[in-house]
Amino acid sequence: MTSQPLAIKNGRVIDPAQDLDRTCDVLLEDGRVAAVGPGLGLGTEGRQVVDAAGLWVLPGLIDAHVHLREPGHEYKEDLASGLAAAAAGGFTAVLAMPNTSPPVDQAGLVASLLSKAKGLRGARLLQSAAMTRGLRGQELTEYAELREAGAVAVTDDGRWVADSAVMRRVLCYARVCGLAALSHAQEGPLSDGGQIHEGRVSTRLGLRGIPAEAEAVAVYRDLALARLTGAPVHVCHVSSALSLDLVRRFKAGGTRVTCETAPHYLFLTDEDVAGYDTCRKMNPPLRTAADLEALREGIRDGTIDLVATDHAPHSVLEKEVEFMDAAFGVIGLETALPLIHGLMAELSLPPSRLVELMSLRPAGLLGLPLGTLRPGSAADLTLFDPQAAFKYDVGTSLSKSRNSPFQGREMRGRVVRTVVGGRTVFAAGAGDRG
Amino acid sequence: MAHEHLSWPKDLIDLDQFGAEHLLAILDAAESFREVSEREIKKVPTLRGKLVVLFFHENSTRTRLSFEVAAKRLSADTIALSASGSSMSKGETLLDTARNIMAMNPDALVVRHSASGAPQFLGSRLACPVLNAGDGAHAHPTQALLDLMTIRQRLGRLDGLKVAIIGDIAHSRVARSNMIGLRALGARVAVCGPPSMMVGGLEEEYGASVHDRPEPALEGADAIIMLRIQLERQSGQLFPGAREYASVYGLNRARLALAKPGCLLLHPGPVNQGVELTPEVYDCPQSVILEQVTNGVAVRMALLYLLVDNSERKGPARAA
Repeated sequence: MTSQPLAIKNGRVIDPAQDLDRTCDVLLEDGRVAAVGPGLGLGTEGRQVVDAAGLWVLPGLIDAHVHLREPGHEYKEDLASGLAAAAAGGFTAVLAMPNTSPPVDQAGLVASLLSKAKGLRGARLLQSAAMTRGLRGQELTEYAELREAGAVAVTDDGRWVADSAVMRRVLCYARVCGLAALSHAQEGPLSDGGQIHEGRVSTRLGLRGIPAEAEAVAVYRDLALARLTGAPVHVCHVSSALSLDLVRRFKAGGTRVTCETAPHYLFLTDEDVAGYDTCRKMNPPLRTAADLEALREGIRDGTIDLVATDHAPHSVLEKEVEFMDAAFGVIGLETALPLIHGLMAELSLPPSRLVELMSLRPAGLLGLPLGTLRPGSAADLTLFDPQAAFKYDVGTSLSKSRNSPFQGREMRGRVVRTVVGGRTVFAAGAGDRG
Repeated sequence: MAHEHLSWPKDLIDLDQFGAEHLLAILDAAESFREVSEREIKKVPTLRGKLVVLFFHENSTRTRLSFEVAAKRLSADTIALSASGSSMSKGETLLDTARNIMAMNPDALVVRHSASGAPQFLGSRLACPVLNAGDGAHAHPTQALLDLMTIRQRLGRLDGLKVAIIGDIAHSRVARSNMIGLRALGARVAVCGPPSMMVGGLEEEYGASVHDRPEPALEGADAIIMLRIQLERQSGQLFPGAREYASVYGLNRARLALAKPGCLLLHPGPVNQGVELTPEVYDCPQSVILEQVTNGVAVRMALLYLLVDNSERKGPARAA
């Protein structure tokens, strides 16, 4: 795809991979970063010049955990709406989970999704495939062929591979095939029928609880298998202090483990569900204030490698119902960046940490040469205005669904422009132009 | 009446909506409505021309009957919808049901539902008052109020009393609402149940003292609320067996003797005789189980009066 060369002038370029945080220019050409540096005035002829004064210029954000619902549940989201919403949130690439209908457990489906996404305007589609056939936790899918077709990760997200012998083989095969192994770590019987975190609030609301231990038991098993096999494992959406502590200990012991958390676990607790708001029902559930603080500490000390949204669109058919019948999950693509931006300020962390959490580390997890603006890299970048304050209105979302837990929240920092492969795929206030 | 300076919420969801003043005002109103039930003509025109919809998504005989009698004694018209007889059994969602009920322009909706939070869901979407007649394991505010009324009637007060609640605390909306109401009116609550039927957070959330065995909970109690055991849970892992339950947690004469002399015995009914209570305890003079039923009508009359009259004063209802 051809694109007009872009010159992004006088922005604050924040690229921890190059140890760079200064005001300078970025030149994009033929879908790649041509140059980064101050005063690149020459050679801007024939380029579209973007004045980025006062803006942050970030390597394009990568979300390692989204549900785009295609195929099978296109009434909730599809590739077009999901990738557009991602771009509006500053993401230049998103990893789609395979728990669709049918699940993405065959190479042909991976190839067809990737091919369809190429024609769409928005973030790049990265595809994960099922760890096991039909997400049933029994037989491995064909990892080498899935990789060949373009998959970058395997996961049975939504379910935990309960059989430890199967999971052992999963980790070994995924390593050899160059696929990241992502685990939805939650033990079944301890959490079955649970609605929210097990604690005071579940008692008060008369809802069955999901104890933090249901996560920790599963996390421990996964970490132990990573230790046994020497193969890496990535723990998805860590929600509790106990699980995080396990990850911290195994990391210190040299086990190859990475983990993510989601913005909602860093900003909301089970007390926020006290009005039976189904837009705050997700799995794993929102936990206590102590868990939230522990996760924030994990962001500070680096135990948490990355932030991923777990964007999980659901329609009113799944959410405007009795709490116990409501589907788990919330949308998050368009709120993650301003929230994490706010978190960096609260924790007195530099913006380069945000880039690590939301771009560099996700790229590393998935083995992609993204997450940096080093010359020669893909021209994927996010222009961000850190000053713009706004009140979030989910009605403006480009997602097909409206199940945000952050409706009406005051936030600071807006995406001004999202560029993928040198092409502008989102521009604030530009409607459908681009 | 004493309640006239108080403002009332649109819906009755749980007793945590109220402080002591409101709770006592409800009990006082219920006392005056109880008198109506003792007249020869047991009817007042208070809600004449009003429509009260009784929506019972979960089976209930007593509570439904009690609300129906209460509404009729206030001269309201009632219609009853049950899940099996309504289009809910044909796959209609709760939201659709709510919209259809709304289209009938009722003056109050009484709802019993197996899902915790369902009355709140309906209350936020319907313009008329919604009265919770029991939702999941969450709340059963009218049951708790009739328990409070019964204890106050017999003992003259609630402040400073010790009340023991024994049984399946985890799944009990009756226990939860009672713990809230009793605490608000100054009573101490001691709870006990099999470990598989207990939940965490009872001390912090409700200020209750929690006991593994019934004896310390019963010791010195002024009133005992025995909860109904769902015998159908026996097949699961929650409940080893009715015989064992009766021997460890059931109320017999020996255990009753641990409580204060004249200690009241309450049960939300229906009683599994021989399980929660031995038959001689059920029939003992301290048993106020049938008074609870009588008071239930009075409490429900009071609430229908207070909430329907309240929405009246605020003007015609609008759809949310």
